[in-house]
Amino acid sequence: MTTTLAPAELVDTPLAIGGRTFRSRLMVGTGKYRTNQEMVQAIEASGAEIVTVAVRRVDLDRTREEGVLHHLSPERYFLLANTAGCYTADEAVRYARLAREAGFNDFVKLEVIGDRETLLPDTAGLLAATRELVKDGFTVLAYTSDDLVTALRLEEAGCAAVMPLASPIGSGLGLLNPYGIRTIKRRLGVPVIVDAGVGTASDACLTMEQGVDGILMNTALAEARDPIMMAWAMRHAVDAGRAAYLAGRMPRREVAVPSTPDRGMLG
Amino acid sequence: MSELRLVVNGEERRVPGPATLLDLLAHLSLDPRTVVVELNREIVRRPRLGETTLAEGDSVELVHFVGGG
Repeated sequence: MTTTLAPAELVDTPLAIGGRTFRSRLMVGTGKYRTNQEMVQAIEASGAEIVTVAVRRVDLDRTREEGVLHHLSPERYFLLANTAGCYTADEAVRYARLAREAGFNDFVKLEVIGDRETLLPDTAGLLAATRELVKDGFTVLAYTSDDLVTALRLEEAGCAAVMPLASPIGSGLGLLNPYGIRTIKRRLGVPVIVDAGVGTASDACLTMEQGVDGILMNTALAEARDPIMMAWAMRHAVDAGRAAYLAGRMPRREVAVPSTPDRGMLG
Repeated sequence: MSELRLVVNGEERRVPGPATLLDLLAHLSLDPRTVVVELNREIVRRPRLGETTLAEGDSVELVHFVGGG
C-alpha cells in the first residue's frame, strides 16, 4: 500500500503547553478589529483555540463598549491574558495577578516592553517578572526577542513556552530572522510560539516551516481588508507550514538536477 | 448617611457610606462576576467583596478583559 497524503493533524502530536493540549497551532488576538462581529467571525475562521485578551480598567461611564467576554465565550476559547502595555516587571506581575483573578486559568502571556517605538521587550524585566510569576504558580508564556540566550534564560526561569517575535508587534514585516527562530526552536525543550510580526499567509507558512510549535497573531487578521478570509488563509498557512516542516524539505542545490530522465531520448 | 471620597479607576468619586466593595459595585451597576477588584493595590477576591469595608481616601481599581493581542 502506498502512503497517502495525510493532513498534518493526522500525523502531528497535539501542542502541549503547561499541561494542557491544543489541536490548533494558531493563536489569535482580539484587539483592533473594526467590529466585534468581524472579530468573532475571524476567530472562528482561524480555528484558533487560544485567544489573547488584555486587562484594562472598566469604563465606569459606559461610553465605550463592554468587555471582550461579552462577545467571546470563555467556554469555547482558552483565554490567554497578556500584560501588554507594561513597561516594568512589577507592573506586569500586577496585571498578571489581576488576570488570574478573573478565574479562567493561570496562564499569562507575559510582556514587559522596553521601547515605545519598536515595542521590543525589556529582556531583563521579562526575566525578573518570569521568576516572580513562576514562583507564584503561573504558567508563563514569555513574549521575547529573537535572541537565543534570552530564550534559554527564560526556559531556565521556568517558562512554559517562549514566544520570540517574527518582527515588531503590529509591523507586519514577516519573519526577519529565520535562523534565530530556528536556533531557538532547536535549543529549547519548551514549546516555541512565534508571536508578532506576521503580515500575511506566506509569513505564517514560512514561520511554521522553521519547526516552531505555533504562531500567535492579531494585527495581520484585524487589519486585513477581509479579516475573515485572512483568518481562513492563516489557518491553512499554519497547517501547510507545519506539514511541510514535518514532511522535510528537499536539499537546496546550486545547480539544476533534471526531473525528467535523459534515458529514452531520441538519437 | 455619610459620604465616602474614593479614587475609583483613577477618578475621584463620592459614594454613600458606609459601604463595602460589593456596595460600591452595586452603586456603579457592575456585576461582581465580571470585574476584578484591587483595593489600595491589593486584590480582593470575590467572596470577600461583601465583607471589605471602604475607608475615606481608598483607591479602587476595577478591571476586566478587553480586546488585545
